Amino acid sequence: MSKSAKMMKNLTLSTALVVLGAGFAVAETPAPSREGGFGLGRAALPEEIAAWDIDIRPDGLGLPVGSGDVYTGEELYIDLCSACHGDFGEAVGRWPVLAGGRGTLDGEDPHKTIGSYWPYLSTVWDYVHRAMPYGAAQSLSDDEVYAITAYLMYLNDMVDDDFELSNENFLEVAMPNETAFFMDDRATTELTAFSVEPCMENCADSVSITARATVLSVTPEQEAAAATAAAATAAAAPTPAAVVEEVAAPAAAAAPDPALVAAGEGLFRQCASCHQIGEGAVNRTGPQLNNTYGAPVGSHDGFRYSPAFQQAGESGMVWDDETLTAFLLDPRGYIQGNRMAFRGLRSEEDAAAMVAYIRAAGGEAK
Amino acid sequence: MTDTPKHSPSRRQFLAGAAVATGAAATGKLVHAQAAGPDPLITELQPWQQYLGDGVDVRPYGVPSKHEAHVVRRTVPWLTADAVSSINFTPLHELEGIITPNGLCFERHHSGVADIAWGDHRLMINGLVDNQMVFTMDDLMRFPRENRTYFLECAANTGMEWRGSQLNGCQFTHGMIHNVVYTGVPLRLLLEEAGLKTSGTWLLAEGADASGMTRSIPMEKALDDCLVATHMNGERLRAEQGYPVRLVVPGWEGNMWVKWLRRLEIGDAPWHHREETSKYTDLLANGDARRFTWEMDAKSVITNPSPQAPITHGPGPTVLTGVAWSGRGTIPRVDVTIDGGITWHQARMSGPSLDKSMHRFYYEFDWDGRPLLLQSRAHDSTGYVQPTKDQLRVVRGFNSIYHNNGIQTWAINEAGEAENVEIG
Repeated sequence: MSKSAKMMKNLTLSTALVVLGAGFAVAETPAPSREGGFGLGRAALPEEIAAWDIDIRPDGLGLPVGSGDVYTGEELYIDLCSACHGDFGEAVGRWPVLAGGRGTLDGEDPHKTIGSYWPYLSTVWDYVHRAMPYGAAQSLSDDEVYAITAYLMYLNDMVDDDFELSNENFLEVAMPNETAFFMDDRATTELTAFSVEPCMENCADSVSITARATVLSVTPEQEAAAATAAAATAAAAPTPAAVVEEVAAPAAAAAPDPALVAAGEGLFRQCASCHQIGEGAVNRTGPQLNNTYGAPVGSHDGFRYSPAFQQAGESGMVWDDETLTAFLLDPRGYIQGNRMAFRGLRSEEDAAAMVAYIRAAGGEAK
Repeated sequence: MTDTPKHSPSRRQFLAGAAVATGAAATGKLVHAQAAGPDPLITELQPWQQYLGDGVDVRPYGVPSKHEAHVVRRTVPWLTADAVSSINFTPLHELEGIITPNGLCFERHHSGVADIAWGDHRLMINGLVDNQMVFTMDDLMRFPRENRTYFLECAANTGMEWRGSQLNGCQFTHGMIHNVVYTGVPLRLLLEEAGLKTSGTWLLAEGADASGMTRSIPMEKALDDCLVATHMNGERLRAEQGYPVRLVVPGWEGNMWVKWLRRLEIGDAPWHHREETSKYTDLLANGDARRFTWEMDAKSVITNPSPQAPITHGPGPTVLTGVAWSGRGTIPRVDVTIDGGITWHQARMSGPSLDKSMHRFYYEFDWDGRPLLLQSRAHDSTGYVQPTKDQLRVVRGFNSIYHNNGIQTWAINEAGEAENVEIG
């Protein structure tokens, strides 16, 4: 200790020395402040702050002027949210459940929904606005967010179907579970109780196994995963047959412009939260898209299409440049009543790129 | 000594037939194994001894040996609805020391990996400051910076194990953690640059990804040890870890370490956003919930042997190792038991012991080939001792999901295979 004390004396005031058990030390001189600042960075402009400062707080800080009613919210919700969250907030697959669950929090199977768990309505508004719809964040107008929030309140039996939510009445809403939350209390309930010198010898007469993971058998199989990866690698390599086909068929439609395909691939990120394409693609929230171009609308096995899509397919509609472009630019308007939660691409150019990518990536019907 | 042959012919024959290694013989003399015949890997010329290998620059950015291709992050597909808002796990059982290689640091994204160029990124500070400001990445690199080693653990690490043993492998039970040397600007310097108002008691950190990840952080922590980090383990952040800049919130739950950090807003109250209300709150048995449970409690796990890393060498000298960490300090001590907690032994700590960083421990023993029940128990520098899962359940019930730091048990059978179990 005397040695390290001596060392401490020799160090400048701003230097802290951490002496470790094994006798080596890490010298840490904190990065110094500069009086008045470094003069780095620049002033943020009001337009820039307005563009990024989108957060909402329970006390209403940040809440924009606007309004939306349950009916409008229901339409938006069915179009944009129900593919994952279900028509009534009950959720599809493992997507979050949004409604119900009241009275379950102290049970064996608690359902933590907006109505049963969330303490503040501002959280709903903020999250829907900043992160939803999944894959198209910040695409909703303020009024649309009010409307969807109103509908989510309705789904949770908080309001009647004629309710309209606005910045005027927003702060009047109290969430059912607000008072159930309390500040971390581990300091008093756990830390002292667990800070006790534990037993080291003869701590028990005997021990036996009370639970086993192998009974559940939910661990991913590593061998299987490795085999899948190997298969994917093999599949990624171009097969000789495909090469021959390309060479042998010069008269067929010209290969898509690689730049257009690349642009489409970038745009496809908007679709990838619901659709897969290429080797191994499977139906998810939306159908897989292999063998689509040139095929009838709504023809993928195993996908539960909307009645609108089924009718379109039965009427003989086929996916080609014209129909795909029209659909991708205005999914709601072109096939009315369909369930795809996407508002459409921004331009003809984007649509052309997307069609090129879909065809190149495996979407061409065989 | 030299007069006594170490290996008698009969002993050699026995070993050749049984092909086992042994420790001390019955006589007390050390007896090493004998080969049945010459090892062709020694007696025959191997290709790598004869032919030229790759030259420099075959891989301008190096990758692990192809013989280590199994050392990868892995996901548990059924945990999440899709692979974009999902998680994978660090292969702890394949690692040594305390530093996690950048390519093996677990990933958790809420809307996928944002792809942002260094030159396109901006960091804004707004709210209760004298000067609302915008910084480029090049601006940030002109502030004084520090190097600090910290663990980052997701609050949901081990969350699948609350109700009982579920996943067979420390990668899956404990792999939502990594330990990295960060280089970054103290958050304090950026707040000083903007001129923090005295009314500013909370800070909102926001990411630039499509989830717009946000967390409220009390100003005391922000001014204490948070970093705005640009580098991990000496190189710029990996895209999946928040390139070009992430927040480092030492010792606190990983969700707060906002990646692709684009904005810091100063306020006078917390925001209560989704990830601090709907998620990352701890539901107790009575239906009430703890909020703002930021600190990560002391925790440890034996990484070898474990279900993905069984004992393959049979009885004899065996190295048990694992990692321990605490969000409240260092880990001066880890206890290990191989009999399910009847007798405990102090493990040997090896490697740097740094504040809020991962620590490595070892316990060497001679395995007698009989079944074992392995546990480790971390003590942190505050005197806190890692509790059992049952101790936690008494306080919190079974529904908490987050902050499960209970003692982990691996059962080893006669074959050396390990299984995730609970004991009582």
